[in-house]
Amino acid sequence: MGYGILDKFREVFPDRFFNTGINEQLSMSMAAGMALAGKKPFVYSIIPFVTMRCFEQIRVDVAYMNLNVKIVGVGAGFEYGACGATHHGTEDMSVLRALPNMTICAPGDNREMEFIAKDSLNMKTPLYIRIGRHNGGIMNNNETIKIGKASIIEEGEDIALISTGNMLPDAKAYAEKLKKEGRKPYLISMHTVKPIDKDLVNSLINKGVEINTFEEHTIVGGLGSAVAELIAESGKGIKFKRFGIPDEFSHYVGCQRFIKSKFGIDFLG
Amino acid sequence: MSKSNDIRKDIVNMCYKAKTSHIGSALSCVEILDSLYFHVANITKENINSPTRDRVILSKGHACACLYATLFEKGIISKEILDKYAVDNGQFPIHLDRSSADGIDVSSGSLGHGLPLAIGIDTANKLNGINSKIYVVAGDGEMQEGSMWEAIEYISSRKMKDIVLIVDYNNFQSSDPTKTIINELDINKILKSFDIDVFEVDGHNIDELTKVLKKETKNPKVVVAKTIKGKSLSFMENTLKSHYMKITDELYKQAIEELTKGDK
Repeated sequence: MGYGILDKFREVFPDRFFNTGINEQLSMSMAAGMALAGKKPFVYSIIPFVTMRCFEQIRVDVAYMNLNVKIVGVGAGFEYGACGATHHGTEDMSVLRALPNMTICAPGDNREMEFIAKDSLNMKTPLYIRIGRHNGGIMNNNETIKIGKASIIEEGEDIALISTGNMLPDAKAYAEKLKKEGRKPYLISMHTVKPIDKDLVNSLINKGVEINTFEEHTIVGGLGSAVAELIAESGKGIKFKRFGIPDEFSHYVGCQRFIKSKFGIDFLG
Repeated sequence: MSKSNDIRKDIVNMCYKAKTSHIGSALSCVEILDSLYFHVANITKENINSPTRDRVILSKGHACACLYATLFEKGIISKEILDKYAVDNGQFPIHLDRSSADGIDVSSGSLGHGLPLAIGIDTANKLNGINSKIYVVAGDGEMQEGSMWEAIEYISSRKMKDIVLIVDYNNFQSSDPTKTIINELDINKILKSFDIDVFEVDGHNIDELTKVLKKETKNPKVVVAKTIKGKSLSFMENTLKSHYMKITDELYKQAIEELTKGDK
C-alpha cells in the first residue's frame, strides 16, 4: 500500500482517515456510500487492487450512480516491478476507460500531480488518478495545468511524442534522441487520458504530424488506443506508433527499468 | 392497517402488464418493506430529499417491484409512474436505478453491494452529526457474496448499530434451493459468532417485524426474516419457478381473486 505514505494526512485529519482493511469491494462501495451522504472520499491503494479487484463496485456504485468518488492508484506499469504481475498496473486505464462518467488522469510529474489533485476537488463525478512511485523530476513547467487539457511541454514540427503518466521522462529522452537525428519533436504530456484532449490531437492530425504515444501500460485500450481511434476516424492516414507494453504478462524478474527494457520501452539509457 | 395486500396487488399488476419475472422474490419481502415504510423508518414524501431521514437499501434489487409498489402506497411515487415499470419508454427498470425517482436510495441489481454502501452512508452520517438508521434488505442467497461478509466484519468491529440488515430468508435462489448450495449452514450461528445480535422472526408478520426492528440492542442487529417465496399466490408459494415465471392472463385472474380474498 506504500507504508507510511499517508501518515501526514492521518496525523492532520485523524477523523477523516479510514484504514478500512483488506477488503477492496467493501472499501469501494463504502466510498460510494460516503459520497451518497455528501462526502468527497478518496480511495487509495496499489493499482490492481483499487481498480480491478473491485471493478464491479466501481462500475455499479461509483460510475453508474455517477458519484463524487476519487480513486487513487499507485504503481503505474512496472513501478512494483519485482513484485510480479499481480502487482503490476498494466491494464487499469483500459478497463476504466470503458466506463461512462469516468475521468482518468495520469500525471507525468509532481507538478502535474499537484494541479490535478487541486483541480479534482472541483469535480463532482468519478475520477481515477494513476500515479507512479518514483519522482522522475519536474518536466511540466506550464503556468496552469488543467484536467482534460493536454500540456505541450516542448513545441515541435514534424513529429509529436504524446506521453501519459510516468513515461514522461522516457518520452523526453526519446525527444532528445530524435533532436540529435535532426527531427523537431513536440513533447506533450497527456495527463488526462479520458476525456482525451481531442482538439490538440486533431490539430496535430490536421497538420499531418507523425504521432508516437508513450505509456507504461498495455497498448490495448489505453492512451495509444485512444489516439489511434482519433486518427482512424479522421480519415487522414498519418504515421503513428504506440510505445507501451505488448499484449502479454511480464514473467521477468527484476526492477522496473529492467522489465521496461525487456519490453523495449526504457528510453532513459 | 396493513398495506401488504395492496402492495401485492400492485406487484401483480406491474409484473403482469410488463410481462416480467422475479415475482416470487418481490412477494417474499412485502411485509418487510411494509413494516419499514409504514411502521419503522422515518421516511415520508415530505422528507424524501432530506439528508437526515432514514434510508432503505434494497440490496436484492431484483425484488424492485416490491419497492416501487411500497413507495406508491406510501405516496412517494405516483400511480402514473408506477405504470412505467419495465415498459418501452418507461421509468423503472427491473433492477434499481437511483436516478429513476426520488426515494430510490441506491442503484442495485448486482448482489452484495447494499451492506457496504450502508457502511459508507453511516460513516459519512456520523461525520456530519446525523444519527439516522440505514435498513438493508438482502436475500438469503445473497449472503453467499463475499462482500456481505467483508461488511459484517466491519460493522461488527466498529459496532455500527445504526445499520440494520434484514435477510429475506425465502429459501430459494436463482436455479436452486439455497440449502443445496450452502449445505444448510446455520446463518444465525455464523452471525452470532461476529457478535451480531440476531433475531429470527416470521417475515410475514408485521407486528413481529416492527417490534424487532424497533428493539434496542447491545450489538449491531441482523433480522433473519423467515419468508415464503411467492407468498400469497397459491401457484407460486415455495416454488423455484416463482423466480422466473411470468403471469399469464389466466393466472392474473386467479392472482387477483386470491389477493382480493385476502382483503377480507
